[in-house]
Amino acid sequence: MGIAKIARRTFLIGAAAIAGGIAVGTYFVRKPWDNPLEKDLAQGEATFNPFIKIASDETITVIVPRAEMGQGVQTTLAAFVAEELDVPLGKLTIEHGPGSFAYFNSAMLEDGGPFPFFDESFIAETMRSASGPLSKMLGLQVTGGSSSTRDAFEKMRQAGAAARQMLIAAAAARWNVNAQSLSTADGFVVDAASGNKASYGSLAAEAGKLPAPGSLVLKDKAEWKILGKSQPRTDLLAKVTGTAQFGIDVDLPDMLSGTVRMSPRFGAKAKSMNDAEALKIKGVLKVVPINAPAGSGFGVIAQNTWAAFQGAEALVIEWEDAAYPASSQAQTDALRGQLSKPADFTLRNDGDVTVAFADAPREEVLEAEYSVPFLAHACMEPMNATARWKDGVLDIWAPNQGPAILQMVAAPLVGVEAADVRVHTTFLGGGFGRRAEADFPTYAVEMAKVADGIPVKVVWTREEDMRHDAYRPAAVAKMKARVRKGEGPVAVDIAVAAPSVIASVLKRTFPSISPMGPDKTLTEGSHDQPLTIANYRVAGHKTDLGIPVGFWRSVGNSYNGFFHECFLDEIATASGVDPLEMRLKLMAQYPAATGALKKVAEMSGWGRDPGPGRGLGIAHTLSFGAWVAEVAQVHVSPEGLRIENIWCAIEIGQAMDPGIVKAQTMSGIVFGLSSALGQEITFANGEVEQSNFTDFDAMRMSQCPRIEVEILETFHKMGGAGEPGTPPSIPAVANAIFKATGKRLRSMPFGKEVDFA
Amino acid sequence: MQINVNGQMTEIGDDPQMPLLWALRDIAGLKGTKFGCGVAACGACTVLLDGQPVRSCQTLVGDVTGAITTIEGIGSPENLNKVQQAWLDEQVPQCGYCQSGQILAAVALLEQTPQPSDADIDDFMSGNLCRCGTYPRIKAAIKRAAGQGAA
Repeated sequence: MGIAKIARRTFLIGAAAIAGGIAVGTYFVRKPWDNPLEKDLAQGEATFNPFIKIASDETITVIVPRAEMGQGVQTTLAAFVAEELDVPLGKLTIEHGPGSFAYFNSAMLEDGGPFPFFDESFIAETMRSASGPLSKMLGLQVTGGSSSTRDAFEKMRQAGAAARQMLIAAAAARWNVNAQSLSTADGFVVDAASGNKASYGSLAAEAGKLPAPGSLVLKDKAEWKILGKSQPRTDLLAKVTGTAQFGIDVDLPDMLSGTVRMSPRFGAKAKSMNDAEALKIKGVLKVVPINAPAGSGFGVIAQNTWAAFQGAEALVIEWEDAAYPASSQAQTDALRGQLSKPADFTLRNDGDVTVAFADAPREEVLEAEYSVPFLAHACMEPMNATARWKDGVLDIWAPNQGPAILQMVAAPLVGVEAADVRVHTTFLGGGFGRRAEADFPTYAVEMAKVADGIPVKVVWTREEDMRHDAYRPAAVAKMKARVRKGEGPVAVDIAVAAPSVIASVLKRTFPSISPMGPDKTLTEGSHDQPLTIANYRVAGHKTDLGIPVGFWRSVGNSYNGFFHECFLDEIATASGVDPLEMRLKLMAQYPAATGALKKVAEMSGWGRDPGPGRGLGIAHTLSFGAWVAEVAQVHVSPEGLRIENIWCAIEIGQAMDPGIVKAQTMSGIVFGLSSALGQEITFANGEVEQSNFTDFDAMRMSQCPRIEVEILETFHKMGGAGEPGTPPSIPAVANAIFKATGKRLRSMPFGKEVDFA
Repeated sequence: MQINVNGQMTEIGDDPQMPLLWALRDIAGLKGTKFGCGVAACGACTVLLDGQPVRSCQTLVGDVTGAITTIEGIGSPENLNKVQQAWLDEQVPQCGYCQSGQILAAVALLEQTPQPSDADIDDFMSGNLCRCGTYPRIKAAIKRAAGQGAA
């Protein structure tokens, strides 16, 4: 496919060097994508653009081409169309729609450059606007980067407005009146002068044939009836009645079941395999070798899931050794070793750090090492996918975050064009970045290839899921500061060593693209924070540990937020200043940040004495365009340490649905706290030691603090909501624990050093 | 073999060693009950056995002697159970995958303790994991279903 070839040569996700492909791709960028809805229209249906179908029976279908993984994206994106189309949200039928290049995500890629969100310099803006067209070229239909609402804000409102104008034009032609004299309400075009009224369904066939309007008029914010107000979510009735279809619920005629048993050592293959016992199990039909860039192992096809699970367990396999540091200790040593080598990239370098430390008296220098472990995503719904390879057509049903990626990865497995792979996206039982990976659908395709045209639903056990993730990277950071009593930092020097997420994802997903340049995810949360410090350096040290790493809710911010915000707390303590006051001073140039800090201080009563055995901690991070300040209150109780409260102020520019933004922010907080309590993925003999929720648990209801979230809407750019709640939750708790106990926590999970209730 | 599921005798295959979870999902076609861990550690597969919450992933079909109630048995989109209605009123679910188990656990809790305290709810519900962190809204919905109003 020509487009993909051009992109592969020139395109570096998340890297600095994206120039070069822009001019080449101009033609493809200007050529609008085909409307993928045109080929599958039902009788009486008309389509207006890739987002809208209207049927003569008044069914209005909106395509929300982003994965609904709990974040409420179907509700908010459909609301964009409802607002401009002038129909109640509840009247819309929402579908995920097909995988198509028409549904590219430009907002995510715009965030992918090395520039901080607040950098509006010419070069940063040029790079951002150039990456929009680039993502269109690659057709990155990805749900991630807390970007869906920002990406759809213009596109889907325009889609609604365009369809409305076409319906008005059709009515104007039918009644032979001027379109200007017509209005719309609740799914009707109305002519006030004559009293004529026509439903959208009755106009759809004529309107759908009209050309798209040359210019569009969008509603002014003051006219919004739906946007900016909390809406009842469109997916919840199904989710409280057990009728929502997740990937694991796919049911097709004659379908077989399957599971996988992949190598417990990454990149290692089987030395030998004996399936004699497995094939004796009732219901087990076939054992299939799988060799893919993401992993090697075996698939078991059976008549039901339980038989497949038993069959996989009965396989006797001897695996190759690990070709990487095989224990957690060896991995940590490798990360530390990398920190003594020259940095790979330095995305922040203000003033002159070297000079600033040269004459520093010993008592002004603060040094610390911070570290975090690998983490699994542990989505509630274990990885699964269903595939059918029949009559030259490949169908994949999968709870996935990137249908266009799946098309590109799966097509060569059966020798068809990417556009001929049909990806059906179900509800996702959690995503958190895990379901942007192509491994689970790839394995299902490999099994479907030998199933004689019969669909195979491949469900992983929890143990396979836990042991074959694309993990949040382990990382070690060396932090150094020069502090001045009564003031704060004069110089801050941060060096972070971690595996590169971008390099790891490309290697197993698009091996032909070589990851060059900096990986900004490695230091995001440290290099791009809104602080003014005279001498301020943040360097990244890429360290390949041989373990697959991927996008875990808030990505690099999840650990850099901890490093950066806890070290700032240490600096405040060493300087003898209040950590809130110090931040307000350092962030004085960024009113969005100080606004969030002041708000959370007010919410939490910052400065009060929380009482014996209690402590308050504060943190602020800017990630995915949202400025988030959080305060934690902890209590050393007789049963153990309790996180009692989290207060959160999130500056998001504009909240399209405040209820969903709050729910997402709370969700991000609980996700971060879960990792703080006890989560870690460790290695022995090259294998993951954890296996299930028994040894990789998450926060339980009895541990969940009271959480209050306030939304601020003063910044001129919209921010994301899915991830930004996570990064500050961890340091806020660590800083509160320091206040309550005097113990400074510099490695995660905190449960290794304090006993939680 | 047949067992009583949601008031109807239901075919669940011929392997007494099969976990009830897979018999319900793969043989009876009742997919509202979810697989989460397989070791009774997450609660996603919770169903009621004679009104008591059990983990169907660790309950063998051969051991089922009583009546099973699944999410499909307590209400439908057209006729919601009061707990389901409270879940909707509080907009509880996010991804929704754990919610069948959460709702059935809450039904059992309210049956045993019609006016639960915060501590009662914590004790009873902490076996049901939610990775989206919907706990505060689950608690509010349980109180609402108990007639304690919006929390």
